[in-house]
Amino acid sequence: MLTMQAAPVGLDINAKRQNSMKVLVTVKRVLDYNVKVRVKADRSDVDLANVKMALNPFCEIAVEEAVRLKEAGVATEVVVVSIGPKAVQEQIRTALALGADRGIHIETENSPESLSVAKLLAKVVADEQPGLVILGKQAIDSDNNQTGQMLAALTGLSQGTFASEVKIEGDEALVTREVDGGLQTLGLKLPAIVTTDLRLNEPRYASLPNIMKAKKKPLDVKTPADLGVELRAHTELLSVEPPAERKGGIKVGSVAELVEKLKNEAKVI
Amino acid sequence: MATLIIAEHDNSILKPATLNTVAAAAAIGGDAVLLVAGEGCQAVAGQAAQVAGVNKVLLADNAAYGHQLAENVAPLVAELAKSAGFEYVLAPATTTGKNLLPRVAALLDVGQLSDIVSVESADTFKRPIYAGNAIATVKSLDAIKVITVRGTAFDPVAAEGGSASIEAVTAVHDAGLSRFVGEEVAKSDRPELTAARVIISGGRGMGNGENFALLEKVADKLGAAVGASRAAVDAGFVPNDMQVGQTGKIVAPELYIAVGISGAIQHLAGMKDSKVIVAINKDEEAPIFQVADYGLVADLFDAVPELEASL
Amino acid sequence: MSEAVNAAERESMEFDVVIVGAGPAGLSAAIRLMQQAQDAERELSVCVVEKGSEVGAHILSGAVIEPRALAELFPDWAERGAPLNTAVTADEMYLLQNATSARRIPNALVPKTMHNEGNYVASLGNLCRWLAEQAEALGVEIFPGFAASEVLYHTDGELKGAVKGIATGDMGIGHDGQPKDSYMPGMELHAKVTLFTEGCRGHLGKQLIERFALDKDADPQHYGIGIKELWDIDPAKHQPGLVVHGSGWPLQGDASGGFFLYHAENSQVVVGLIVDLNYSNPWLSPFDEFQRLKHHPLFAQTLDGGKRVSYGARAITKGGFNSLPKMTMPGALLLGCDAGTLNFSKIKGTHTAMKSGLIAAESVFEALGKNDSAGQEIAAFTDAFKASWLYDELYRSRNFGPAMHKFGVLLGGAFNFVDQNLCGGKLPITLHDTKPDYAQLKPAAQSPKIDYPKPDGKLSFDKLSSVFLSNTNHEEDQPSHLQLTDASIPIAVNLPTWAEPAQRFCPAGVYEIVEEASGPRFQINAQNCVHCKTCDIKDPSQNITWVTPEGGGGPTYPNM
Ligand SMILES: Cc1cc2nc3c(=O)[nH]c(=O)nc-3n(C[C@H](O)[C@H](O)[C@H](O)COP(=O)(O)OP(=O)(O)OC[C@H]3O[C@@H](n4cnc5c(N)ncnc54)[C@H](O)[C@@H]3O)c2cc1C
Ligand SMILES: Cc1cc2nc3c(=O)[nH]c(=O)nc-3n(C[C@H](O)[C@H](O)[C@H](O)COP(=O)(O)OP(=O)(O)OC[C@H]3O[C@@H](n4cnc5c(N)ncnc54)[C@H](O)[C@@H]3O)c2cc1C
Ligand code: SF4
Repeated sequence: MLTMQAAPVGLDINAKRQNSMKVLVTVKRVLDYNVKVRVKADRSDVDLANVKMALNPFCEIAVEEAVRLKEAGVATEVVVVSIGPKAVQEQIRTALALGADRGIHIETENSPESLSVAKLLAKVVADEQPGLVILGKQAIDSDNNQTGQMLAALTGLSQGTFASEVKIEGDEALVTREVDGGLQTLGLKLPAIVTTDLRLNEPRYASLPNIMKAKKKPLDVKTPADLGVELRAHTELLSVEPPAERKGGIKVGSVAELVEKLKNEAKVI
Repeated sequence: MATLIIAEHDNSILKPATLNTVAAAAAIGGDAVLLVAGEGCQAVAGQAAQVAGVNKVLLADNAAYGHQLAENVAPLVAELAKSAGFEYVLAPATTTGKNLLPRVAALLDVGQLSDIVSVESADTFKRPIYAGNAIATVKSLDAIKVITVRGTAFDPVAAEGGSASIEAVTAVHDAGLSRFVGEEVAKSDRPELTAARVIISGGRGMGNGENFALLEKVADKLGAAVGASRAAVDAGFVPNDMQVGQTGKIVAPELYIAVGISGAIQHLAGMKDSKVIVAINKDEEAPIFQVADYGLVADLFDAVPELEASL
Repeated sequence: MSEAVNAAERESMEFDVVIVGAGPAGLSAAIRLMQQAQDAERELSVCVVEKGSEVGAHILSGAVIEPRALAELFPDWAERGAPLNTAVTADEMYLLQNATSARRIPNALVPKTMHNEGNYVASLGNLCRWLAEQAEALGVEIFPGFAASEVLYHTDGELKGAVKGIATGDMGIGHDGQPKDSYMPGMELHAKVTLFTEGCRGHLGKQLIERFALDKDADPQHYGIGIKELWDIDPAKHQPGLVVHGSGWPLQGDASGGFFLYHAENSQVVVGLIVDLNYSNPWLSPFDEFQRLKHHPLFAQTLDGGKRVSYGARAITKGGFNSLPKMTMPGALLLGCDAGTLNFSKIKGTHTAMKSGLIAAESVFEALGKNDSAGQEIAAFTDAFKASWLYDELYRSRNFGPAMHKFGVLLGGAFNFVDQNLCGGKLPITLHDTKPDYAQLKPAAQSPKIDYPKPDGKLSFDKLSSVFLSNTNHEEDQPSHLQLTDASIPIAVNLPTWAEPAQRFCPAGVYEIVEEASGPRFQINAQNCVHCKTCDIKDPSQNITWVTPEGGGGPTYPNM
């Protein structure tokens, strides 16, 4: 069991990374954001049969940021990792086509909960010793917004969530974060965990030659057992339902009546 | 049974989101303890002590917590949760709460439930998934339940009326992993669409870009942001970043006023989670009235100036 | 967007065969090419580009599928798990007399081509997804999200004028035509042979037909627009494998077409209406005809209490044998519905499209083996096609459509019964239908207005909430992919003459006439487009040209 003093998992914080920084990027396979999600008739879950899946948009931004760091000469290698069934290799290939160098697939039956994902990722971090880990701020399926923060806790690293700008200066990452009501800039000791917000960058398109090349880039497949992680359930999904349909209210006869209702009934002005 | 609630504040003022979170704790039941972690934040603790239904306020006042860095606050919260035997740790689902709580949960080796919108029982909660297009009922299997709370789903408790004791916490965690460099508070005259408490949006019915001035006047009085439908954007009335809807911004303010907007499903997709929807449209059959809490069938060029005058 | 400028910076890749469109025709061709290459132990590079964001995203069909061509491609298709899971169990045909009554046509009187024993109710999109997996396993390179926007021709030497390949569209061009930060120029894909399998009214196929005058000996092509919905229904009302067809109400006057209701798997049914695009009343709205059709008891009894899951529309090429253009040209072939191989007497084009792909793959493979050079015209295809069951099937059905057009649904139906059932399609007459669909519209002033009922939100819906369920989207900041040759025509000509019919024939609400202080304005909501191609076909002024938007844009149909 991990304690709250969780020490860095075998991480060599003093490793020289100025000239040899590896960036680890996580990618999650989710329902394409153009597709309207539909709850199954038996309400056990949403229906994902034959619907288009895609790279989580926030992860795509993470890949783009990593590739830009490499192009800028800051990063030396970009490694992508995804956790889930075999199909997630499609999203790893997409990330490779966008410019990542190699992929790691941790094969599990379905997509595990955030804490389990974070535990698996912590092991990958220990193995790979990246200078920077970039995740999406949230996956647009479960909308958890947890994995990056949990990974930071488990590895004992600094965290910069909801990043809209990332600069590497010396042994520090300057991360500008989109917080309620404005922007906040933090200096994070490297290695650091960063999660992406929408405005961090606009991801590029994968080109045909790069898609073909991506098929030949190395992709390692591992299991949780290989990493020595035992997965445990922390939550149980009891049911899924469509959101309650909004019902029409009343028609008011005049502006005066409207203002009166907003003040006294709805109490919103 | 006791709940530890992370107070949202800026070292001088307790933020209202805290009150909604206390309401969620009340729905769970048991004692409610507010943690005010910050620097020079005694005033906040004073305000927290007055919040209705709060039993105790813990005050961790130290430079290490000044900017609520998750690296420093998370071990504090995890330690308190363990040592004082809290069964629940709650925070508002704001950027601060979302930044902090997963880190706390991982330190405690428990899962985290994000953005709950209702309390079904002591261990079962509802939360939106797929951007609110489905609602999951989830049961927590962990001994300590770490939860962020969607404010709009819980009516706030009263800010006054309580008289909790204030207890100082002396533990200091300074991980030395991160430092605060600076911040830029959005200081535009008008709030951002996605953060606004009130939004007034115009559609094709506005007729042209100049007429949006009518909405801006109302917005000034209400402290509201101004939005638009795609048709208004496509017609060149206003810029693209004002678009609300499926392919624009997704908003959920307390009050959304739709003016000259027919209410196509793609527009509704961006604002249907607003708490109160008002529609002003001259066509009484416009679909927007099917979702509006208050509908006014009127010509907007009469109604909007009148609205402005009466605020 | 200046193609001349971009051409300079475009990279190119070489393949033996490039295929445009991952529908049944293109994927069958790709698979057969690779199967032969494996058998002959020959290296072959085959690439398929597909404008949809994934294979199947833009495929919309019925579909009752005849497995004949599939069985030629994979005799063991069932073992391999092809998604044809629901065998047809019953066939019913109706003539709707009005909004409430229907007459069942006794099976003995139904034209034989409309019988479906041995066929399957399936999702063609899912079949294509499966075919794509098979193709990739054989080594075909499939690139979804890439639209072929331009045909490339050899510009000099012996091959001058022959098709050299295609170019994919540029990505990241703003609505002002200027490159954005994300700009990525298109790629040139060069091939020895290029197969065009874009389906009905292919954007490049249309250009090839004109450039090589492929249709000079054919009747004008005819089209229909098919609108379809997928519904979850009460399991108690579900009869897997039941196939219902019919015609009549609500189409009136000279408007013709037919409806379908198929019971698929998982308590789902598909319901659709195909409206022939030769109708003359500009007030007609195929979308609204379909919406009111569902209130007929024949449909309502099945759909009541159910929930609509998906919506989409796609044009259908129905001219058949008489309208079939020449399918070969130097360096390229035109196949499937891009040419018009659909058999309208069966309303089936899948098995015929697949067969055309199979024949092409065999002819191309042989030709490449003999003379491994680019740009040749595969003349052997035409002979192989004429010797095939596909040709025979299309020939026998050649009178079906024209009979309907000429004699109307009832008499035409009688003709078809005699022709198809009693004479096996061999009546020694050929009927022709020589007026193109776009030229059929009468002025609005001379046509009765049609008053469509308001949708009830349970069985019938408005256009925008329907489009929502097609999951369509396009990057907003790009040039409109619906181009007007003359921007003034909609208001100056189409509005006064035909009350701008694009507002009504587009099933996605792309075209609007907006009344403004300065007068009416023609608004094009290109983002809504579901790529059905109806506007390109039916605009009476032939002023709208559908071109490929940025790759990946368009509907994202699941299970359609
Ligand atoms: C893929 C896709 C994505 C889309 N994304 C979005 C999106 O993000 N956001 C969005 O808004 N739309 C979106 N749409 C478009 C959407 O379908 C509608 O077309 C659009 O919302 C209509 O805007 P509107 O209500 O302003 O215009 P209209 O539908 O034209 O409505 C104008 C309304 O103004 C009223 N009116 C006119 N004059 C007056 C007056 N003087 N006083 C009072 N009322 C008046 C009229 O009665 C009418 O109801 C999308 C569509 C698609 C297909
Ligand atoms: C409503 C309806 C019902 C039908 N019912 C039946 C039925 O029950 N049984 C039956 O057998 N047939 C049916 N059909 C007909 C059948 O769907 C078609 O005949 C068949 O799909 C034709 O196959 P294809 O490969 O030629 O073209 P398509 O299936 O249209 O495939 C063409 C592919 O090419 C892609 N593409 C097009 N242009 C480009 C480009 N420029 N660049 C890249 N990609 C491109 C498209 O996105 C598409 O994926 C029906 C059709 C409709 C519309
Ligand atoms: S714009 Fe044309 S192709 Fe697109 S949906 Fe409308 S009619 Fe079909």
